[in-house]
Amino acid sequence: MKQNSFDDNFRVKRGLAEMLKGGVIMDVVTVEHAKIAEDAGAVSVMALERVPADIRRSGGVARMADPALIESIKNAVTIPVMAKVRIGHFAEAQILEALQVDFIDESEVLTPADEEYHIDKTPFKTPFVCGATNLGEALRRISEGAALIRSKGEAGTGDIVEAVRHLRSITSDIKALSSAGPQELFGFAKRLQAPLELVQEVAATGWLPVPLFCAGGIATPADAALVMQLGAEAVFVGSGIFKSENPAKTAKAITEAVAHLEQPDILVKVSSGLGTPMEGKTVQSLDVHMASRGW
Amino acid sequence: MSPKKDATYIGVLALQGNFRMHEYAVERLGATPIEVKLPSDLDIVQGLIIPGGESTTMSILLATSELIEPMSKLIEDGLPVFGTCAGMILLASNLSDGRSDQISLGAIDISVQRNAFGRQPNSFECDLSVAKIGLHPFRGVFIRAPLVYSVGRDVEVLSRLSDERGASPVLCKQDNILVGSFHPELTGDDRIHKLFLSMVYSQ
Repeated sequence: MKQNSFDDNFRVKRGLAEMLKGGVIMDVVTVEHAKIAEDAGAVSVMALERVPADIRRSGGVARMADPALIESIKNAVTIPVMAKVRIGHFAEAQILEALQVDFIDESEVLTPADEEYHIDKTPFKTPFVCGATNLGEALRRISEGAALIRSKGEAGTGDIVEAVRHLRSITSDIKALSSAGPQELFGFAKRLQAPLELVQEVAATGWLPVPLFCAGGIATPADAALVMQLGAEAVFVGSGIFKSENPAKTAKAITEAVAHLEQPDILVKVSSGLGTPMEGKTVQSLDVHMASRGW
Repeated sequence: MSPKKDATYIGVLALQGNFRMHEYAVERLGATPIEVKLPSDLDIVQGLIIPGGESTTMSILLATSELIEPMSKLIEDGLPVFGTCAGMILLASNLSDGRSDQISLGAIDISVQRNAFGRQPNSFECDLSVAKIGLHPFRGVFIRAPLVYSVGRDVEVLSRLSDERGASPVLCKQDNILVGSFHPELTGDDRIHKLFLSMVYSQ
């Protein structure tokens, strides 16, 4: 392995992911959104041109956001700023690195640029987050240099079911690895289509070598508390905030729900009187399943 | 919970950030970590760690969780507190480049600038010399780190940068307060946590 937990550059990249734990990363499309998110307690904002719900509605090719928009959002807030690139589009990633964003999301929400290869993330100084629907996919992204994994869910739907499915799949496979014997790990590596060294590391530590966050479908404080209790270490909220009736209040409520995930009395308080959440679309009704992009 | 007689309870502020790795360090050193999310969690703690994370987020959650007043009172009464990165920002008496509504506990007489080394691509590691914990260098991991640009007369500077980035203080102590701009919890080297526990034991 080119990099491991003791490699300097990788520890610095993973370090920022560690600092975001217990927080909410919010999708924003304007400077005004970014300020609302920061005021509500976001640990980071994801700068993009359209939230996933709008990408679904309008269709067409979804690409990296205009660098000028990202720059204006960087200048408007003091918290870390992330931005998305298309799967496999290393030139977009080079642009974001030159722009000095804090984290790059190689995201299935944008239209994939490469059907065969994800970006080799090791030469970049900027950390990458990648989506995964299962443990094998997570470990393949980590072997390519991802410093953070988020379960994919189904972005832009407000339907939590896929997020739950992916999170449960990842954590139950980690549990299976933890109780497997050394000999069985060769078979696991083959089935998961993941590097043996990483499979062995997960078996030994009982967790991924990087943090695991959750994305795709979180629309309420209860959704956030659910996925945190299922093992997510932080949440990404895309359309759920700025497609709700009261974005500022919803954003702050989700921030509090993530901090106090096991305190039902606090969840009652923050969930009350938020107005209408994002309308949402059930996963069954979709034409495009973003989670199946990438491998 | 009812405290055990011979145990040492170290609170770790757990509203947001990298609190779990501090808990592991505390456990490795034989003390018992307690996650602090609400005022009642502070009841039996003999020391408190404020972890790295986003200081703006922690600021907001400290207010909504009604922790500011009880924490300030304990600090005033001499509770040993160790703040790393965002924790240092929250404990500093003076903050520049923060948000106007950001909370400052004013527990240590230092002036701090947030994100002073630049954005994440400028985060770095370097060896630090910390005489108090021995001759062997300590690996400093700096993530979007704050910069200490001035310290009061009563502040003891335990370590400074010594490279092209300058010579600013990175580990400071004043009475019951210890602050660092880097992340000892990410290294597995527990000597700085041990130094903090010695402050707790000497109380």
